[in-house]
Amino acid sequence: MEGDEDKDNLSSVKHIVVVLSGKGGVGKSTVTVQLALSLRQAGKRVGILDIDLCGPSIPRMLNLQSKDVHQCDAGWVPVYADRERTIALMSISFLLENVNDAVVWRGPKKTALIKQFISSVAWGELDYLIVDTPPGTSDEHLALVEGLQRYSIDGALLVTTPQAVSTGDVRREITFCRKTGLHILGIVENMSGFVCPHCEECSNVFSKGGGEELAKVCGVRFLGCIPLDPQLSHSLEEGRDFIEEFPQSATFTAFKHLAQAVERGPP
Amino acid sequence: MSTVKHKILVLSGKGGVGKSTFSAHLAHGLASDESKEVAVLDIDICGPSIPRIMGLEGEQVHQSGSGWSPVYVEDNLSVMSIGFLLGSPDDAVIWRGPKKNGMIKQFLRDVDWGGLDYLIVDTPPGTSDEHLSIVQYLSAAQIDGAVIITTPQEVSLQDVRKEITFCRKVNLPIIGVVENMSIFICPKCKKSSEIFPPTTGGAEKMCQELNIPLLGKVPLDPQIGKSCDEGKSFLTECPDSPATVAYRNIIQSVKEYCSSHKVSDK
Repeated sequence: MEGDEDKDNLSSVKHIVVVLSGKGGVGKSTVTVQLALSLRQAGKRVGILDIDLCGPSIPRMLNLQSKDVHQCDAGWVPVYADRERTIALMSISFLLENVNDAVVWRGPKKTALIKQFISSVAWGELDYLIVDTPPGTSDEHLALVEGLQRYSIDGALLVTTPQAVSTGDVRREITFCRKTGLHILGIVENMSGFVCPHCEECSNVFSKGGGEELAKVCGVRFLGCIPLDPQLSHSLEEGRDFIEEFPQSATFTAFKHLAQAVERGPP
Repeated sequence: MSTVKHKILVLSGKGGVGKSTFSAHLAHGLASDESKEVAVLDIDICGPSIPRIMGLEGEQVHQSGSGWSPVYVEDNLSVMSIGFLLGSPDDAVIWRGPKKNGMIKQFLRDVDWGGLDYLIVDTPPGTSDEHLSIVQYLSAAQIDGAVIITTPQEVSLQDVRKEITFCRKVNLPIIGVVENMSIFICPKCKKSSEIFPPTTGGAEKMCQELNIPLLGKVPLDPQIGKSCDEGKSFLTECPDSPATVAYRNIIQSVKEYCSSHKVSDK
């Protein structure tokens, strides 16, 4: 499959999972990072490819926002979140001079960089490569599917919040997956209720039940609900490992189940 | 566009902060003055939320000799979105940049808006084709300015700073920033929680640093999401909510900005 001369940077990646939504702000990057941390806790080596070129969120979530990338013979060396190199990350953030620099690019330029990211990051051996995407069904998503054509992708994880305004967009993303032949691992519903820290009343801040209903309507696995957890928000803001710090929380359990579902893989 | 007095873009950079929610409610607020003609143009081609939020799901556009007719919510409030051109809720618009640009151009050229006092343009997150195109196509007609929406966390602000950079690059005036989902008040115990913590000072600090007006902070009210899902105006459904008060103050600021903003017609 791979040529002897042509170094195939994805040849030693065992599993590829794509995190999609269609809707913005539902927690794709959050789910990507927590999934990576959960898989790491289960002893896996994980890479994250952040193809959200306009709004790359992952570096800050892993406390890597001030890092640069370096080149080697095989391409870019990813940035490691730890000395043990259990989590590797590639993001456009590492290529920007200034953190506030806006990437104001039209489609073709975005497509070219994404294809380069796919072929030219020297991941080494990984159990999982998780790809975080921007919202929508456009250039980035098409570039990703085209770039990964010759590889076997485990499938797509679709993230939604409970409201109809979100599930409406996720339905379209499901259509995108079906049209492009991308297998759907399942739907995870984020921001599923908020438990008031003062009185423990659970409020459905962003409505209720939409994710499970969507999974039923579209014939896709429902992979569970993740609550709205300010401790998770804090951890992400400060680039701390929520999975390590809050193993007693309901949120941790939800992500653990998600990671187990991903490890089980496509049926 | 020469018959449109004021054009306002609603931008973010970050997804899911409430751009469409704000656009819809800005429109409702401006249209409460029945003497004003208001319209919303939804240029989020991949994820058009405006039809649902404004109670227009399932509506179709009609063509006439003078172009496409927008869909009317009230006599003085109309909407155009790609959502009205899709046959089913499962239809995905899987288009690359150039095709999206073409659609936006068509919206601006072929929709028979009539005379408008306000055109509000709802945008997708990011700084890409849609944003470049709308600024380019409206450049001759002069945009009054952009309202930028954020939530309090740094994860949002870091994208919003990029959007502000974009606005400055393309000489798009910024009316101000709205911080959405500011604080959550528990309906049971009435105590407040910061679900999306402003770990780096929130929009307030960012606006101070970048010398941009903070138009207001809107608290998280679960009724907002509910109203949007049901296609109703939150402002009329929950007139006494602190969130409604916040929205109305922001809408007033936008109105005042537009009145004081001299737009030179071609």
